[in-house]
Amino acid sequence: MSEIEMKSTTPTLREWLLSDKPESRRQARLGRLYIIWRRFSENRLAVAGLAILIGLVFVAAFADVLAPHSPVQGDLRYSRLLPPGTAGYLLGTDDQGRDILSRLLYGSRLTLLVVFLVAIIAAPVGLIVGTVSGYAGGWVDAILMRLTDIFLAFPKLVLALALVAALGPGIENAILAIAVTSWPPYARIARAETMTFRNSDYIAAVKLMGASPFRIVLFHIMPLCISSLIVRVTLDMAGIILTAAGLGFLGLGAQPPLPEWGAMIASGRRFILDQWWVAAMPGFAILIVSLGFNLLGDGLRDALDPKEAGQ
Amino acid sequence: MTILDSKTEAWRSGAGASAFAMTSLRFLVTVVTTYLGLLAVTFFIGRVVPIDPALAIVGDRAPAHVVERVREELGLNLPLYQQFFIYVRQALTGDFGTSVLTTNPVMTDIRRVFPATIELATVGTLIGALLGVPLGVLAAVKRGSIADQIVRIIGLIGYSVPIFWLGLLALVFFYAKLKWVAYPGRIDIVYEYSFTPVTGFYLLDAAMQRQWDVLWDLFRHIILPGSLLGYFSLAYISRMTRSFMLNELSQEYIVAARAKGLSETRIIWFHALRNAAVPLITVIALSYAGLLEGSVLTETIFSWPGLGLYITNSLQNADMNAVLGGTMIIGAVFIGINLLSDVLYHILDPRTRSR
Repeated sequence: MSEIEMKSTTPTLREWLLSDKPESRRQARLGRLYIIWRRFSENRLAVAGLAILIGLVFVAAFADVLAPHSPVQGDLRYSRLLPPGTAGYLLGTDDQGRDILSRLLYGSRLTLLVVFLVAIIAAPVGLIVGTVSGYAGGWVDAILMRLTDIFLAFPKLVLALALVAALGPGIENAILAIAVTSWPPYARIARAETMTFRNSDYIAAVKLMGASPFRIVLFHIMPLCISSLIVRVTLDMAGIILTAAGLGFLGLGAQPPLPEWGAMIASGRRFILDQWWVAAMPGFAILIVSLGFNLLGDGLRDALDPKEAGQ
Repeated sequence: MTILDSKTEAWRSGAGASAFAMTSLRFLVTVVTTYLGLLAVTFFIGRVVPIDPALAIVGDRAPAHVVERVREELGLNLPLYQQFFIYVRQALTGDFGTSVLTTNPVMTDIRRVFPATIELATVGTLIGALLGVPLGVLAAVKRGSIADQIVRIIGLIGYSVPIFWLGLLALVFFYAKLKWVAYPGRIDIVYEYSFTPVTGFYLLDAAMQRQWDVLWDLFRHIILPGSLLGYFSLAYISRMTRSFMLNELSQEYIVAARAKGLSETRIIWFHALRNAAVPLITVIALSYAGLLEGSVLTETIFSWPGLGLYITNSLQNADMNAVLGGTMIIGAVFIGINLLSDVLYHILDPRTRSR
């Protein structure tokens, strides 16, 4: 009896989230997030992608605890090029007697570093260029978009390659080069979004209240571009990881003894015919992580923009 | 006179001509600024990023007067805009300097190696398009089925796998274990001296000279790197085909065709695919451009003597002239294909023309 009364007076959490008449801004926001999450979690592959990435962050955070051996110091005497499954070396060892599993675990930190830094350099640059261009219009727009189109037309990998060759090899320069080649699509998206908001009533209202263009772009336009930008950045992550691995493979990215996955494949290349696992294992790691990003990106796109779903 | 007639009239008369002139002018501006942008970026990479390009050439132990002389020869004492002007003039005449590694002019080297890259990218695109389009159509027609899921997974893996790693594994499997294909390289050493290429496109040359044994050998060399590039192009093409086809299949003319009693095969392959063909051509052109770039890593794995291998070899020997020359050529062709596909789209699709 009392239970029925409880239900009728206080709504369950789910009802509260899905309420048509949210009583506070917080409730409305949480409700929206909940709807997106429901749409997202229906997609099993997308959830798998999310799980992979949570796993990646976990592994990177606890690499010290999880790794059974040192990632840079190997046992040159007794454990060179051991096959996978050897006692104590689950994925085998490389030519310097280093445990491949430990190197992969530590390497996840480098992968996360690359992805994170490229995202926080390229996305804001694209966001600023796009919103300013879209809001200002006129010749500012013409010049900025011309510049964006020029960069968009370049082959990314080859340009990054030449840039790192000039800057000198190293993981910082690789990150910089990838960031330089990744911002144009973000500028395009941010501009397109800005154009749709620019003439809306609420912008006119803020303008009437005396907000400066700087304030309008920063506080009233940029936040609205974020969600489509996040989707695009997530979808690009796989490409960024592959480019970074490619640069590492060519010896232009992280330098030895850093356990960068692409560079690990390059060092295993010499033994590929007899000790295939040295080059094969890091490739699986790259494949799994970029698959994770692709699945998550697809899922996010479908959840945030149902129009595009399944296309 | 109906509205339609007056519109076509305007199109034929002055208004249309000036609109056409405007479009052409805009296109010309795009072409010029994009290529100037490419030159500016390679100039920036070659001249501004290194602290002192002269030191990079002579090394830091060279005496001061040598460094000074090299600086003068390179024109490094001039203001930057003059340097850029000279740089553009040289690039337009195909002068990218001399390769330190081969001691040839970079342009001569590139002319020698580029056909190999074109050949590989063409084979890759052919494989990608011939398999990717039917797979994409299948996935769209049987949306949500097992076949659709499989095509999707094939595509997803293509988007996520490092090409150089897959190439290495393919070499181990198909060359070392199964011995189905030839070892890395473009042609067997036996034929290297007996076979005289004319155009630089070996497959074409061998076929024209009716040297069937050479052609077979060339095929055994190109099939693995070609299929690898083909797989990446397939991933992209099948995904786009699926999306275009889904769009077409939801249109009303499909319902009309069904109502007329046309067979499903005819509707899919003649009516829907024909309308999807225009954007598809753009996609195939873009994937071709992408393969030119993707060849850098693939050629390294398969010792394919093309532009990609040339660039990576030069990288390893700090031969910046060659690296930048190669970058410029790949960039120029890449941009060219991008722009061409745009033009092609306008020519093939009448709907985009009227505006």
